[in-house]
Amino acid sequence: MNRSAIDLWVGIFVAIGFGAILFLALKVGNLLTLDRTPGYHLEASFDNIGGLKLRAPVKAAGVVVGRVEAVRLDPKIYDAVVTLRIDQHYEFTRDTIASINTSGLLGEVYIGLDAGGDPVMLKDGDRIRKTQSAVVIEKLISQFLFDKASSGAGGEAAAPGKSVEKPAGETKK
Amino acid sequence: MSAELTAGVAQVLRRIGGTVTGAVSKLGFVSRFLLAVLWHTPGAFRRMHLTLREIYFAGVLSLVIILMSGLFVGMVLSLQGYETLKRYGAGEQLGILVALSLVRELGPVMSGLLFASRAGSAMTAEIGLMKTTEQLAAMEMMAVDPLARVVAPRFWGGVISMPLLAALFSAFGIFGGYIVGVPLIGIDAGAFWGQMKAGVDFWPDVTNGIIKSFVFGVAVSLIAVFEGYDAKPTAEGVSSATTRTVVMSSLAILALDFVMTVFMFRGASVV
Repeated sequence: MNRSAIDLWVGIFVAIGFGAILFLALKVGNLLTLDRTPGYHLEASFDNIGGLKLRAPVKAAGVVVGRVEAVRLDPKIYDAVVTLRIDQHYEFTRDTIASINTSGLLGEVYIGLDAGGDPVMLKDGDRIRKTQSAVVIEKLISQFLFDKASSGAGGEAAAPGKSVEKPAGETKK
Repeated sequence: MSAELTAGVAQVLRRIGGTVTGAVSKLGFVSRFLLAVLWHTPGAFRRMHLTLREIYFAGVLSLVIILMSGLFVGMVLSLQGYETLKRYGAGEQLGILVALSLVRELGPVMSGLLFASRAGSAMTAEIGLMKTTEQLAAMEMMAVDPLARVVAPRFWGGVISMPLLAALFSAFGIFGGYIVGVPLIGIDAGAFWGQMKAGVDFWPDVTNGIIKSFVFGVAVSLIAVFEGYDAKPTAEGVSSATTRTVVMSSLAILALDFVMTVFMFRGASVV
């Protein structure tokens, strides 16, 4: 094996090696998606964020428009404050509702944004006023069971139609 | 009776002590050896063709085994992973499973093990045989430092080849997973790539895989050249050094992998 043939083979090897790293970075990983696109930050506070993780998607009508960038606990009112990074292309009205949803029963947890009709748009650093917390299935079940029990014990007093059940994901004002 | 007992205990303690001192002195020797190799590195890089030759032997000639193993590991991973994911109705998540397991763990570890047995053993045998046939001594006689001429190029050839081989292993594994997942099982190609992109981060997943493979490259190459240099200059000595290279580097890879995984992915949010 003479020297120039070895050089050629090593060159090919190094080139396809770096090609593989590039493939892992761009095609498999998300090096160039959303992180580099210019964006702005919004905040939203929730009673309970459930299984929300960092970098979870923020979706509006099912389209990913941003990512969860930070989650912290407000030490005064014990609410979870979530910082969202939204793609610069998208603007949301001031009365947008942020809710924590799960895609499917076991799917990923994401934040859904439902825009309203307010003419004023949210700006960088604004806080989303209306939020809906994560639905905790255990709470739902226990509420359902207690409701059943109380309506069974109360007889006609609590009619089945007007249950006093409070929805878990109560809209905060 | 009691004198015999004391003598027996002393014997056991002496053996333990001997083992420990032996291990510590060997560790010191390895560290000094590494420093010496690094010290001679600029000299070795001045004759770049030596290192390129070693990259050829360690890297290019390992390509076939690495690429084939990667392809088959990816295919098996895809088949088995789908069987499990299907039970939870999460078959679409196959892309994440295949990509994360390959990029984080299997790529660096499997290619490290293959590299140790394919290239590391060859390095040890070559250097050990050079020592046995007194070529290293002859070089010293001619005022050529064997560390710069023989050891450092092999060390760097291994260190440079290893991350590239691991990346190729992962890439081909993902390709194999794609072959089984999309055309064979019938998962939607968009879901496969899309879920993968959503679940795998360049930082920390891909970069940590690269860091791991680099560390494995240093460990395997160091063990291989050291065992060769330290081999007893007999046929038996070379053969046992080659065996030790494979055993020690495999254990080193698995232990280092555990330690690095603990530190790298402890705080990371999973998917």
